[in-house]
Amino acid sequence: MYDVIVIGAGVTGCAIARELARFRWKTAVLERASDVCEGTSKANSGIAHAGYDAKPGTLKAKLNLEGSRMMEALSKELDFPYRRNGSLVLCFEETGKTELERLRAQGLANGVEGLEILDRKQLREKEPGVSDQAVAALYAPTGGIVCPFDLTLAFAENAAANGVEFHFTTQVTHMEKIPQGYRLDTSRGSYETRAVVNAAGVYAGELHNQISGKKIRIIPRKGEYCLMDKSVGNLVSHTLFQLPTAYGKGVLVTPTVHGNLLAGPTAVDVEDPESVNTTREGMDEVFKRAAMSVNGLPVKQVITSFAGLRAHEEGNDFIIGMVQDAPGFFDAAGMESPGLTCAPAVGKYVAAMVRTYLPAQEKSDFIPSRKGIPHIASASDAERKRLIGENPLYGNVVCRCELVTEGEIVDAIRRPLGATTLDGVKRRTRAGMGRCQAGFCLPKTLEILARELGQDIGQIRKNNGDSYFLTGFDKDGL
Amino acid sequence: MKEIGREEKSVICIRCPLGCHISVELADGKIQSITGNTCPRGAEYAARELTDPRRTVTSLVRVRGGEYPVVSVKTAGDIPRDKMRDCAAALKEIVLTAPVRMGDVVLENVCGTGVNMVATADMAKAPET
Amino acid sequence: MRGTMKKDLVIIGGGPAGLAAAAAARETGVEDLLILERDQHLGGILNQCIHNGFGLHTFQEELTGPEYAGRYVEKVRSLEIPYKLNSMVVDLRAEGSRKIVTVMNREEGMYEIEARAVILAMGCRERPRGALNIPGYRPAGIYSAGTAQRYVNREGRMPGREAVILGSGDIGLIMARRLTLEGAKVKLVAEIQPYSGGLQRNIVQCLDDFGIPLKLSHTVVDIRGKERVEGVTVARVDENLKPIPGTEEEISCDTLLLSCGLIPENELTNGLGTSLNPVTGGPFVNESLETDKEGVFACGNVLHVHDLVDYVSEEAAQAGRNAAAFLQGNLSGRGREIPLVGTDGVRYTVPSSIDVSRMNETQIVRFRVGNAYRNAYLEVRCGGELLLSLKKPVLAPGQMEQVLLKKADLAGRKDLKEITFRVRTQV
Repeated sequence: MYDVIVIGAGVTGCAIARELARFRWKTAVLERASDVCEGTSKANSGIAHAGYDAKPGTLKAKLNLEGSRMMEALSKELDFPYRRNGSLVLCFEETGKTELERLRAQGLANGVEGLEILDRKQLREKEPGVSDQAVAALYAPTGGIVCPFDLTLAFAENAAANGVEFHFTTQVTHMEKIPQGYRLDTSRGSYETRAVVNAAGVYAGELHNQISGKKIRIIPRKGEYCLMDKSVGNLVSHTLFQLPTAYGKGVLVTPTVHGNLLAGPTAVDVEDPESVNTTREGMDEVFKRAAMSVNGLPVKQVITSFAGLRAHEEGNDFIIGMVQDAPGFFDAAGMESPGLTCAPAVGKYVAAMVRTYLPAQEKSDFIPSRKGIPHIASASDAERKRLIGENPLYGNVVCRCELVTEGEIVDAIRRPLGATTLDGVKRRTRAGMGRCQAGFCLPKTLEILARELGQDIGQIRKNNGDSYFLTGFDKDGL
Repeated sequence: MKEIGREEKSVICIRCPLGCHISVELADGKIQSITGNTCPRGAEYAARELTDPRRTVTSLVRVRGGEYPVVSVKTAGDIPRDKMRDCAAALKEIVLTAPVRMGDVVLENVCGTGVNMVATADMAKAPET
Repeated sequence: MRGTMKKDLVIIGGGPAGLAAAAAARETGVEDLLILERDQHLGGILNQCIHNGFGLHTFQEELTGPEYAGRYVEKVRSLEIPYKLNSMVVDLRAEGSRKIVTVMNREEGMYEIEARAVILAMGCRERPRGALNIPGYRPAGIYSAGTAQRYVNREGRMPGREAVILGSGDIGLIMARRLTLEGAKVKLVAEIQPYSGGLQRNIVQCLDDFGIPLKLSHTVVDIRGKERVEGVTVARVDENLKPIPGTEEEISCDTLLLSCGLIPENELTNGLGTSLNPVTGGPFVNESLETDKEGVFACGNVLHVHDLVDYVSEEAAQAGRNAAAFLQGNLSGRGREIPLVGTDGVRYTVPSSIDVSRMNETQIVRFRVGNAYRNAYLEVRCGGELLLSLKKPVLAPGQMEQVLLKKADLAGRKDLKEITFRVRTQV
């Protein structure tokens, strides 16, 4: 019998798990994929929003501001890359300025600091890369960028270090109320628990509706992105939004925390919660819309495109809290943008609610900090020398484009909640994320994974299910 | 009316980038005429290609205890084109033991062609782990 | 703490270009040189090119890739040229006339080498799916042709059972045959251009021999399969290379191989501040194959992508000899560099400039054309004057062209401002 089970190891589930880990509960996270950060959390903009978007008084507004304020300190505590690069909401017509003013007022009401309206001249001084078409902008100095993989991994690893169990490839198929709490039937057996936290992303509605008579509806909303080479990562230094539309914040152009340039997302509601395919129309839309924000969008420098599904809730707000007709069942649903920014605050918020329901003492031996994998690419010469001195594998470059070494890949596999798939290694180390997109390092990384996991390279997968890379031996078919 | 055993075949020449479409008239398998070629090399190629096409086959053979699990091989000379797949398949059950030297004969008289399969690379023993 | 290692000549890359450059430099008298190779073997990508067809020009016989590489490795060994394997150059910069090469490897950690001259021979990489903007899912089973080649030819593993190949470059064609001979089914090669990017010989011997269809003016417009590739959709494209709606055809397969072009690997060159030619992706070089940084030479696929390794070796040997001349003080200072300009179908030239006072009696100029032509003329002009006119029955973007300039034709011309290279189609 568990005290708390969190369903879903995305950024929300992991942030909650990390906060639950502070208390004397037996806690587990169940994840249907083979790793953390496999759903919505792996394909988003990587923005730590300042907090002017949400309507004052909503949960989104409150948690966004809190999350934004927590991010800096948290990035040091949990060792993930985060940078306050400041964001700009661009307006392209004089008439749009009233909307900028409205956004500014909304931001002030939400408690966002430093908001400023920039005229044409000030805008260009602040951001020389901005397009000629932009006439004014709302500047938010507290806007930032963060690596969504690292943030999720940091939460998860820290939760695990504090005793939270993570059960992967464990899909919840059925839930039932039992006298002590809930029974969760999964693809890997049944679990009993006093409390459940539903952080299942695009599936959160389905799970909620199994247990509650008060139905909710989560609509998968597809967003397509194009990622550009690091050689153009400095085209702009701020995150450039466009004035919002009915479908969200529109297409943005931003440097990523690792130095690439990112453009996207589109916003299209879809039926299939697995349809993370990109489309010709989507990519064209990204190019067309992003080109409005900057002069000369370097479309030839695209190194990869991807699509993610946001868990859009009909009523356009987060649904967080204990379900009325299901005591001990907590929702963290509808976690679309700014869900990433809110995650740290959501973690605290949910943990506090669970504690009200299920009183528990704080652990005295909670380990608050976590240290990530060393990154040779960003290390100083002295650090590199020291690291290679300690472990020669840090001197063996595997991924040339991102300068990732065997030492880092071995770390990624051996650490708690270590990588077992190629994508797992990629998200933890950036091996294969560069301009050749793993053309050269794939064989080497597979070999290291196989060696470290004691498997044959034929057993190594890209991520989930049958995503094996190799199908057999030469001449098998002869 | 077409005579029995008389046929016209066409072939694209590969001797130079020109890629001439060459027509060859055959009677009972014997060449009667060659047209469409630009140079004598084309005629020679077309004649050969239509009467006795030959290829070099390159493939792999498994190696035990080597730095890599396979070593590359080739037919030491050209073999009939229609035996290419058979020649590759004939290597399926062979397992060499490292070290292998470039030029080592891997299989003699592959598929009765009179041509040997030879290694085209050295394969050192895997370093002790 | 070890002092900075000093070398007269550092060659970055131990593939065909680096090996030939090193051998030529040694044979021209350079004693103090070093090859840095990131892989665990010398020979570069040739080690996985197990097919034959290499060396006809250089050795007058047909060799496989490993055999061709083997000859140069043997030469480098017999000349006792030192080399380091598993060693990645992570940075290259110039401090005055000195070049600082930062190297990393397992055994020695990270250290700097101060070189008087450097030869860039890093080769190229394949264009990945992302750069092609192919829509669809991102399952396992999408490989660049070279990655698949490595699996099949080096590891003895199959990347799939049923493949579609996008791009008819030579690696793609070669892989169609390799996969077939190893027991997989290649269903189709699709090429977006109206002509093949590969050699006619490879179309005949890699596709026709095995009945593999080649669809020109076709591309992949969708990839299906959430975990492993389950199929692709192929469509015809119009003259602007845009897919034509209604021409889509679904093909089931578990593998998509991409053979859609090669990109010179010039990240290190960028660090040097050397300017790159946007057409080739390689550095601009003069007649000595020297970049705009004195004492830094480039050759092989890092300079511009070749189709024949024989020409890589030839070009690299020239770079090696020039680097030697530079080190020995036999390469006179840079004088007047006359630009070589490609127009009317000639996309670029290597070299991109020529200093008549420094050039040898003859100078090979290599280039590619931007379209397929029949019965056209290649013309070389300086000023209004026609220097050279060559009748070409066939010109194709997939095939590198070369012409020979003679010093005698250029010396003594006071009005020499530029030399143009163009395609003249029949009037």
